[in-house]
Formats: sequence, C-alpha cells, structure tokens
Amino acid sequence: MAENGTNGPSGTNGGYVGTRTIRPDGLDKVTGRARFGADYNLPGQLIGRVLRSPHPHARIVRIDTSKAEALPGVKAVITRDDFADQSSEFIPAGEMLMNYKDVVRNVMAREKALYEGHAVAAVAATSAAIARRALKLIDVTYEVLPHVIDVVEAMRPDAPLLHDDLFTAGVEPKPEKPSNIAKRIEIVLGDIEAGFKKADVIVEREFKTAAVHQGYIEPHAALASVSEDGSTELWCCTQGHFIVRAHCARLLGLDIAKIRVTASEIGGGFGGKTVVYLEPLAIALSRKAKRPVKMVMSREEVFKSSGPTSGATVKVKMGATKDGKFVAGFAELKYQAGAFQGSPVQPGVMCAYAPYDMENVKVIGYDVVSNRPKVAAYRAPGAPISEYAVESVVDEIAKKLGLDPIELRMMNAAREGTKAAYGPKFGPIGLEETLNSIKKTEHWNTPLRKWQGRGVASGFWFNIGGETCASLTINEDGTVSLMVGTPDIGGLRAALTNIAADELGIPYEKVRPIIGDTGSLGFTFLTGGSRSAFSGSMAIVEAAKQIKAELCARACKLWEAKPDQVEFSNGAVRPLGELAEKIKPMTIADFAKVAGKTGGPIGGYGRINAQGAGPSLGTHLVDLEVDPETGRVTILRYTVAQDAGKALHPAYVEGQFQGGAVQGIGWALNEEYIYGADGKLQNAGFLDYRMPVASDVPMIDAIVVEVANPKHPYGVRGVGETPIVPPLGAIANAMEAATGIRFTELPMSPPKVLKALKERSAGGMGAISRPPL
Amino acid sequence: MRYEAPKSLQGAVALLAGATGETRVLAGGTDLLVQMRADVVDPDLIVDIKKIPETRAITEDRGGWRIGAAVTGAELKEHPRLKQAWPGVVEAANLIGSTQVQGRATLGGNLCNGSPAADSVPALIAAGALATLAGPDGARDLPVEDVMLGPRKLALRRGEIVVSFWLPPRPPRSSDAYLRFIPRTEMDIAVVGAGVSLTLDNAGTISAARVSLGAVAPKVLLVPEAAHAIVGTRLDVAAQQRLEAAARAACRPIDDKRGTTEFRVDVAAVLTRRAALIALDRARTS
Ligand SMILES: Cc1cc2nc3c(=O)[nH]c(=O)nc-3n(C[C@H](O)[C@H](O)[C@H](O)COP(=O)(O)OP(=O)(O)OC[C@H]3O[C@@H](n4cnc5c(N)ncnc54)[C@H](O)[C@@H]3O)c2cc1C
Repeated sequence: MAENGTNGPSGTNGGYVGTRTIRPDGLDKVTGRARFGADYNLPGQLIGRVLRSPHPHARIVRIDTSKAEALPGVKAVITRDDFADQSSEFIPAGEMLMNYKDVVRNVMAREKALYEGHAVAAVAATSAAIARRALKLIDVTYEVLPHVIDVVEAMRPDAPLLHDDLFTAGVEPKPEKPSNIAKRIEIVLGDIEAGFKKADVIVEREFKTAAVHQGYIEPHAALASVSEDGSTELWCCTQGHFIVRAHCARLLGLDIAKIRVTASEIGGGFGGKTVVYLEPLAIALSRKAKRPVKMVMSREEVFKSSGPTSGATVKVKMGATKDGKFVAGFAELKYQAGAFQGSPVQPGVMCAYAPYDMENVKVIGYDVVSNRPKVAAYRAPGAPISEYAVESVVDEIAKKLGLDPIELRMMNAAREGTKAAYGPKFGPIGLEETLNSIKKTEHWNTPLRKWQGRGVASGFWFNIGGETCASLTINEDGTVSLMVGTPDIGGLRAALTNIAADELGIPYEKVRPIIGDTGSLGFTFLTGGSRSAFSGSMAIVEAAKQIKAELCARACKLWEAKPDQVEFSNGAVRPLGELAEKIKPMTIADFAKVAGKTGGPIGGYGRINAQGAGPSLGTHLVDLEVDPETGRVTILRYTVAQDAGKALHPAYVEGQFQGGAVQGIGWALNEEYIYGADGKLQNAGFLDYRMPVASDVPMIDAIVVEVANPKHPYGVRGVGETPIVPPLGAIANAMEAATGIRFTELPMSPPKVLKALKERSAGGMGAISRPPL
Repeated sequence: MRYEAPKSLQGAVALLAGATGETRVLAGGTDLLVQMRADVVDPDLIVDIKKIPETRAITEDRGGWRIGAAVTGAELKEHPRLKQAWPGVVEAANLIGSTQVQGRATLGGNLCNGSPAADSVPALIAAGALATLAGPDGARDLPVEDVMLGPRKLALRRGEIVVSFWLPPRPPRSSDAYLRFIPRTEMDIAVVGAGVSLTLDNAGTISAARVSLGAVAPKVLLVPEAAHAIVGTRLDVAAQQRLEAAARAACRPIDDKRGTTEFRVDVAAVLTRRAALIALDRARTS
C-alpha cells in the first residue's frame, strides 16, 4: 500500500496526492444521477437502428431502401452511398494504427460485408418499433462468398480472400498476389542462433488464444443533432471525444470547428471505445432527417459489431543456461485483425520479451485479416497474448531447472540500463521490486492442498503520453474549476483533483473537476494507453505554474515589490524578507476578490504534448483449485504487485490492478468468441460469453510499488493496462502446478480441462483421485 | 398488446381460452420479458397470474406441501419449514440467476418456459411433484416429468395454466439434493443438472429413490434405472458406480457451445453421484 500524505514537488502543504480522497463523481454514480451514453435525450429525437449483415462474407450487389423510406414514421435511411470513399493512408491512433479507407468501410459496408454484424444500412424513425420494421423492409441482395474465421486457415494461399488489394507489407520482394496477411514485422536483438548454442535447456511450445471482448457493461450509445447549417452536436460514450470529432469530421466531410462532442459518463471502455461505430451514422442520419437521432447498441450488436481483441497462435522458443540465465528467445505471433488490418501484433512483438534482460531475441509477427469484427484496442493491446506464451515457457524453464520461478525472473529481470529488444534502454523500472514484494507476501508462503496450484507471472506495458490540455480557473470566491478533456473512467477526477489542490495549496473540496467538451479545450488525446492521469497531471502542473506566476506578478504590483521579494506557497503569495514584516500574505481567495481590479479573471491553461511515459511492470500471484472430475477451476487467492511510479490516488490505482486481474481471469478461464461452421458468432451475449461475475473472484490483493518515473513531476507512470498482462500466464502456470498439465490453449474452460485430465489418466499417468465432497 | 391481471383462476382461464392471436402467461417475467425484448415472442395478450391467490401460496396439503406456481425462489427460501422437508427443491429454485432474479423467478415459469436446462425442474421431478393445472375443461394433475414434451413444447392444452405444485408427504429419513454444473458461480445456465431424492429404512439402506437429469436431453429426464441402481444399497462405492453408469446411459445430450457431448455425459455421472451422496447425508441426519 502506498504511503499517505506525500507532498508534491512545489512545496505545498495540501498533501492530497497519495491519499484516498472521495471521488467527486461518486455521489452521482451511486445515486443514478450520472448520465451515461443512453441517458441523453432531445426534444423531437428519432431512434436510429442499424441493419447488419447476416453473412460473414458477401458481396453487396444491391440495396433497395425504397420500401423502408415509404414507411410512415421513417425520416431517413442511409447506406454506403451516404459516405464518400476515403483514400488509403495509415495514421497513428494511440496504441494502434488506423486507415480511413478501412474505417469508412467498417462503419458502413461498401463493396462487401466482411463479417456477420457488419453495418449495411441504418434508419431513423419516430419510434424504435417503426425503425425495427423499417429494417425488415430494406432489401439487400447479397452474393454470399466463402468465409474464413481461423487465423491459421486465413493465412493459407487458398483461403477465401477478404481484400483483393491487400499485399503483405514487410516482405521483400513485394508479393505478387494479394492475401489475408496484411503485414509481417520482425524485431531482432543480438544473434539468436548463437544464443541457443549457449543454452543448456531449450523449451519450445505453441499456444493458441481466443478472441475476447472488452466486455464493458455500457453498450455504445450516441445522440446527434445536426442543424441546417451543418453545425453538429454529438453526445456519446467514448474514451476520447476529440478523437470522435476528428473521425466524424473526416468521414462526413465536416469542418472540425462545426462539430462539438460531449463525452457522457462511461460504463467501461478498456480500449473498445477508442473508435467510432454509431457516431458517424447518427450524424449522417440526423443530417438527412434534420432531427436529432439517438442510437444505442444492443448487447448482441456490441459483441458482433464492435471490437474484440485478437485471438492468436503463438510459437515460443527459449533457451537458458543451467544456472537459469536466459540466453535466447524466439517467438512467432499470428494475430487476428478482424475484417480489416490493424491487429495489435506490433505491441505484441515488442512486449514479448520486454520484462527480461536478454542479449538474443527475435520476434516475428503477422497481422492477419479474417471474417470477424475488426479488433479494437483492449487494455495493453497485444501484450497479454505474447507475454502469456513467454511467461508459460519461463515457468517451464524454472521447473526444468528446479529453480524458484520468482528467483528465475529476478535473475533475468530487466532493470535500469537494460536494452530492450524493441529498442530503447530502460530508465528506472520496478520489476525486481514487484518480484520482491510478491516473495514477501504471506500468500506466497502459504501451503496448498492437492488439486490446488500456485502460479506467478510478470508483465510489461509501455504506456503513452501525448497531446493534453487542462485548465484551472479561479472563480470569484476563490474556488477552482478544473477542466480536462479525457473522460474519467477509473477515478481520474479524484486523482487530478488531488494534484490541483496540492499544486494550488487549497482544500480538495474547493476544486471542482469537470470533463470539458471539444469546444472547451484544445485537442486532447483519449483516455487510453494509461495516459490520462499521467499526462493530465502534467498539464495541471503547467496550468498551476501559470496561475502562481500570475498571482506573484499581481502581488508585486499591489505591494510594489520586486519578483524576488514574493513567493507562492501554501495557497498564498507571501512577501519575503523585510516585506514580510509590513505586509500580510494574500491567499488565492484574496486575489479572487480583487481580480477585476488587478488585471481580470485568473486562470491557467496547460497545453502540452506529454513526453516521458514510464513503462509499468507487474507481477501476479494466483492460487486456484481444479475439480478433477469436472474440470472446473476456482480462483482461491490473487495478489497483484505493480509499479505505479507514484500512486496519485491509491484506491484507484488498486482498482486498476484488480480490474485488470479480473479481466485476465476471464480471458484465461472462460471467455471466447465461439463461431459455428456458418461463420456466425454463437455466443453474442453475457450468458454464453462467460465473463467472470463478482462471486467468481476472490478479493484481489493489490500491492502498489512506487519506483518514481523521473520524467514526471510527481513520478507517475501509467497503471491501467499492465494489470491485464500477467494473469493469463500466472493462471496457466497455476494450472500446471495443480494438475501437472501444461495448458497451451485459452480459455482453459472446463470441457478442455476435463478432456486433458482424462487423456492424461488414459495415458497411464494414474487415475484421477476423487476430491473430498 | 393487451395486459390483464385477473384476480381469479376462472378469470385467467377465460381470458386465455377466449383470446385470439398469441397469448402468454406472465409470472416473474424473467424469461418472457427477455424473450419479448429480443423479438423472440410478440404476444397480443399477456395474462399476469400473480394476482391469483392460488398461485401465490405455500400451504400444507394432504400431508405434503402445495406451492403456488407464481411463488418466487426467494419466497421458497424464506419459508420456515419447507426447506427442512425439501432442501433440494428450495436450493434448486435458488440457483436460478442471481439474488435479483430469484426475487422474481417462479417454479411455474421455470417449468413452462420449456427449457431442458431449467434448474428447478429436475429437483421437482426427483421429488415426485405433481403439477396442478386449470383450464377450460377444469382442473387436472400431471406428474411434472410429463409436463414438458421437448424444448419449448408443453403438454398444456389451450387456455391451461399451471396453478401449483404438490410435493408428496415425506417419510422419516428422507431428503433430496440438486446440483448443477456451470463454469461460473451464478448468472449462468446449467450445462448439466442432477436432482436426487431418497428415503432410508431403519437400517440406513435406501428404500426409495428418484433421480432426474437436466440439460442432457431434449427434456428433463426421470431416470428410473439410476434409482434402481441405488435402491437396496447404502450407496457404497459399487452402488455409486452403478448409479453413474445408469446416469451416463440415460444422457442424450447435444454437442454445443455450452459443452461437448462427452463433457456433459461425464459431468452428469459425477453430479448424480455427488447429489445422491448429499441427499444420503441429509436423510441420515433428518
Ligand atoms: C439473468 C437471468 C438468469 C437466469 N438464470 C437461470 C438459471 O440459473 N436457471 C434457470 O433455470 N433459469 C434461469 N433463468 C431463466 C428464468 O429466470 C427462469 O426460467 C424462471 O424460473 C422463470 O420464471 P418466471 O416466473 O420469471 O417466468 P416468466 O418469464 O413469467 O414465464 C416463463 C414462461 O412460462 C410461461 N408461464 C409462466 N408461468 C406459467 C404458468 N403458471 N402456467 C403456464 N405458463 C406459465 C410464460 O408464459 C413464459 O412462456 C435466468 C433468467 C435471467 C434473466
């Protein structure tokens, strides 16, 4: 647990940073007053609904909307014809890459429907019932094409081709024929062959993981209102309303200044709300109907049409000396991108061996399209998959060498000065500290019973910074309005209010944080990449600096003092030296009272491109029990230790650790996209897409390690993504400990586990002993 | 769509029998409303039976218990004595959904939804429960195992509703148990369900038993062979093995996203044995 009451660097006495202040948005959230995406309504609004392809792969020959348009109550129908085509151009989108040529096709199918659930048309009508009837009246002529779902099958030369203009990038010479392999990437450090020659033990394994959905509780929702002159207002649940604005402007040919986007409160995103689905459709419908249009996805639509993350096939080969030093690491990753290129295979490749100090590494990645929904970012995109495979092999090496898995990781841990296979030399990082703190837990030192197993795994994620604005406004009564442009998903307001109160030396309750709309601040990148507290706090420090300088300047004028005779501290400008005997300090509230007479309103505006995000490393420890007769797995105990750099608000840092662990538990044990031979998703709902429920998981213990990030004024690192990286490996390793079987396929669902147990006992390893009732 | 909430059985039967178009009885609505929202059903008439006293009462009747079809799982759990006589039935109803769902979900709805995976049905069948029906031609009783014919297919005639369930008198040293398999702990659907009810003689030998399996066939099964396998035994290891074999033999499951055929058969055998052992233990101490 982090220590309370640490002061910020600017000599204030607030001491809120590092404490568990009450979140300013909490009351509205527990009383139901907070407005989420679907809670916004406008007078005269229409209800929009989307017609989606029933086929996983089909050419769209013709769309006849005339009958739907003739239905009374239908005010607009849109299809591919309502969106101009976009040229092919890759642009960075946070942790992923995107291409508007694909985005325009993903929001509304053009030549082909590329997955079941792909949007084909949309209607806006005076009621949901009429909209639903209208969808049935849209006549789409499809030419059904053969489909491909599995990533390995999609890579075969004879696989059904999704895009006839897709030629594998990253191979020389450029292929003559198009394929479903969008890209091949490779990173190399040292000499892998030479490394394996030094190895006393080599472990090689192939792994398979299933596509999993972010599983946010709140379905996508958008309400758009376009006026006759094209000015557009949009309310939606998103992780980044500035990004939504940019995408909508591009897709609809609007000036950015004409669109104002307000982010609602958000019921989870985890990366899945960093892209657009309904938003451009709602705007296009509203523009056509000249009425506000509200759209809300059903859960089935969320599963079928919004981004899951990749399923993958991963090969790992690692070598170590008999003392346990890792001498070579190879991996080959094949990631599903969904229907359009852009899987997170690049970060998967970069992260695979990032926790370790290794001289020889080679990782190859393939980005592969197939007839599934286009993947979207999901918490540390790509990293859980590749690190799961590596962490499983690390565990196997520990067992082969008879070494303690924590000691083995400690011996090989990346630390300050380690050159990562993906390029940079690390600054101070906290992997060893997390390993040490796990080793010291009572959890690690508690004995287990038969059919119980304990697993450990570490994980790495980069974190990002980026463009960020924050404003601090001193109100007439000396209270402070704090505004940022990143939606608050996991306690951001509380963390940033801690910073603002400390920076200005005023009580926490005197600062009111709000999330501004796109008209209120300059471009601010989204809440993602574990960046919002990291970069938001930097922008606030900058804004506070301006305020302090301004107040000092005003004090100099009022007091006829020189700049070196005044100082801002503890919420007031204080006279120094002999001036201190004559003049009393002026608080922020004092300045607020005379603002009009001393130069006007007082405020600060931080506009930064935050640099120096520090990687966060973590180690997870899990105990589980297997029912040998049913294959059912119960998580008994779970501890997360992770380096936060500095926990601005420990409760929300712990919340991130716990949430990531729970999502990882789901990914490891039961979650998966299940397709039939017909290429259709069979479990598009929470009944059969088995995310853990609250009673499935124990209390997750969280240990906040703080190895300061020297590039941040308070030492902050991002914390939101790393927690989902280690669980898959930790649980697989615990399964091995409980059963003696190395599971190499996720999810480790009961039928799979029972089958493996039966096969083992059939293979003469002895009958399964029965557990006590 | 019309919504009616009659206060008498005759009123409900008359509405249902006289209606044209699609009609649906509404109890807790935890299946019906979900299906309506998902566009699976679109009834013209909904008859809410919760205002009818006979569907809402738990009473002692002819030495046994009568439970109204619209009594919720939560109400069953709170009843002071029912749990002692029929712990398996009460625990089965309280596996449905979650605390919130149990506040609405009823035994009648669980049976009449017509799902082979309904949790309370194997427990009711093992208990030897009778369903009391009311319809335009009067009242009749059907063993619960005869109410469901297949997925979404019931033996109810037009205008007929389930009014209540009758659980027979309990001899001394009797008890029951229900277990289901789900990968999670709640908010899930049974991949396999097993209900066992049994009675012991003075010497502790099983003198009577009923075994029922859910989610392993198009309807919930009564498995007499499984009961035969343990009657006359004290559920020693050999009897357990015969019980498992009989349970396996009765299974005709589908292979689907919720579980492979092989998995369902294996788990059916395991759960039947475990449920029998729990019922045995309870009967010994009852
Ligand atoms: C979140 C959730 C979780 C669930 N989990 C489970 C679970 O774990 N196990 C399980 O078995 N089920 C589960 N269910 C399904 C459902 O809750 C149960 O089947 C419940 O018992 C239905 O009862 P009800 O009173 O709500 O039925 P209703 O929805 O009111 O009715 C169900 C059907 O039966 C008909 N009907 C109802 N009563 C009568 C009657 N007396 N006579 C004739 N017809 C009648 C209705 O017309 C309708 O077709 C779950 C449902 C939800 C929403």
